[in-house]
Amino acid sequence: MSKPARTSPAVELVGVTKSFGDTRAVDAVSLAVEPGEFFSLLGPSGCGKTTTLRLIAGFETPDPDGGEVRIDGRVVNALRPYDRGVGMVFQSYALFPHLNVFRNVAFGLEQHRVPKPEIPERVHRAMDLVRLEPDRFGSRMPAQLSGGQRQRVALARALVLEPRILLLDEPLGALDLKLRKEMQLELKALNRSLGITFVYVTHDQEEALVMSDRIAVMSEAKVAQLGSPAEVYEDPRTAFVATFIGESNLVSGRAVESTADGWVVERGPNRYRVPRHPAIVAGATVDLAIRPEWMDLFRPGEVPAEENGLPGVVHDVIYLGETIHILADLDGGGRLKVAVRNEGQLAKPVPWRRADPVVVAWLPEDCQVLEPE
Amino acid sequence: MSARALIRRIAASPRAAGSALVAPGVLWLLAFFVAPIAIMLGYSVMQRGVYGGVEAVLTAEQYRRLVDPLYLGILARTVVWSLACTAACLVLGYPVAFAIARARRWRRMLLFLVVLPFWTSFLVRMFAMIFLLRDTGLINSALLALGIVDQPLTLLYTPFAVLLGLVYGFLPLMILPIYTSLERLDDSLLEAAEVLGARGFERFRRVVLPLSMPGVVAGSLLTFIPSLGSFVPSDLLGGAKQAMVGNIIQNQFTVARDWPFGSALSFVLMLVVLVPVLLYLRRRDTLEVKTR
Repeated sequence: MSKPARTSPAVELVGVTKSFGDTRAVDAVSLAVEPGEFFSLLGPSGCGKTTTLRLIAGFETPDPDGGEVRIDGRVVNALRPYDRGVGMVFQSYALFPHLNVFRNVAFGLEQHRVPKPEIPERVHRAMDLVRLEPDRFGSRMPAQLSGGQRQRVALARALVLEPRILLLDEPLGALDLKLRKEMQLELKALNRSLGITFVYVTHDQEEALVMSDRIAVMSEAKVAQLGSPAEVYEDPRTAFVATFIGESNLVSGRAVESTADGWVVERGPNRYRVPRHPAIVAGATVDLAIRPEWMDLFRPGEVPAEENGLPGVVHDVIYLGETIHILADLDGGGRLKVAVRNEGQLAKPVPWRRADPVVVAWLPEDCQVLEPE
Repeated sequence: MSARALIRRIAASPRAAGSALVAPGVLWLLAFFVAPIAIMLGYSVMQRGVYGGVEAVLTAEQYRRLVDPLYLGILARTVVWSLACTAACLVLGYPVAFAIARARRWRRMLLFLVVLPFWTSFLVRMFAMIFLLRDTGLINSALLALGIVDQPLTLLYTPFAVLLGLVYGFLPLMILPIYTSLERLDDSLLEAAEVLGARGFERFRRVVLPLSMPGVVAGSLLTFIPSLGSFVPSDLLGGAKQAMVGNIIQNQFTVARDWPFGSALSFVLMLVVLVPVLLYLRRRDTLEVKTR
């Protein structure tokens, strides 16, 4: 056999299933991570994202007949973590508390029997990569470091072995917001400059959107949707994805009439237009997701003809700084959230007060038709 | 000042309140720990009274008597046996502690079993060993019945029996502190070591063992110190020929009625214990300064 072609994915899961007792933590998950890609596994706790990462690392093995884990085109189901050529950064950093920073970073080199004289240079290079001054930090113990510094040591310790694939399990979870945002950009930059494939587990949707080339949104042990940040945000396929990534209004009605450019959907006494979509069946329920920022508010009777509108009353106006959220209770039940840009409430306040009659409107093409879950 | 007013004043000042809380313990230690040691030290430089007791004559005679091959031999034997007991407890206890720390479901039950012997008096447990080891005891009866030996093995009143008794008596004191340090060990440290290339034994050598060292040292002290001073196992299981320092000391106070010499022996024994402990504490302090 020839050597694995350059085109084979860096990491590939083929129908991978992992059970713990009666619970399926990962259920027939298939995905392929391209070389050099920043790939995120995103989902709420318990969705199976960490188990998926641990299956790639080799800390867990798939069930018998539970599919294949491949790295660079090679099936690695039976390989131990140290034979997989992956690096890992743990959620709690897992720095060795009895070793100083230098020896933590050198640990992998020593285990791989790198000649002694080479070790200091490689440790220094790895520490430089994560912007830790070797002379200042090398002799410190992990307990003497801040959270952000520990994070960098954990990264250096994984990178020093020059793995082709770096697995990261919520590495920024314990950092404060400002540092987290800084590290997000730094990780992204490392991914680009080193050309290492990153597989990144997070429950923070914003983090995943900022850093990833592609995101696998996981829910209940399965991949709910896989795509670029724009795809999963702008074209969520299920109600779960629509509400987990950003905020969405869910509107459902019944498909009553097929027209030239789509469907007419009925919701109580109101009707609205929905673009053509394979999931829509005449007479059946149609579920829509609409982003609050893609909706608009009008006084009754002032809705432009090209927009859909649902009448209701203003329930509350919420000031968030950058945006203003207006909650509207629809006639016949249901509450929608509309986000409008804050143009200065002191000079130019939004013209909505509680209990004002209002019509929530959106353009037919600005909604996503959801597939039943 | 009324008692109530005094209490109010003490409670109002954090320093006074602290002193008041510490005072009972300090007084207790002074009366029942420091004072007896001082008395012991005092007796050890006095002379034996004609009818027991002490005579207030200052002398170094007791310590001179102590520098006798007989006593030094016993002291050396005591140290060697205590070291052997500690080593045996470590070798036997570490894997047990490791297994308990790894056990998920049975952990509580196993810990309970480790502590269980403490529910019985040490003396009774040593007597039980006699029933196990003597010529007509359980082991010999079984060996004879199975035809493995045709004459009972001499097990009782041997150094082996004493060591067995010591290990049996102090093993839980080794297991518990090691278990505590292993139980706190974060699994992700082992995983980190594994993904960095450390195979099974390397993970143990470079991560598990160093991180459980505080438990190993604590367990070793907890077994070494009481076995140095013990006299019951050597008395019951060793017979007359396997005396340890504890037996000699006990003898000086109860039979020979030579309190000064008993005190001198006790004091030397205490120094033997104190020196390694102090060395360890100093080392640990410097270590802790490093890790903080």
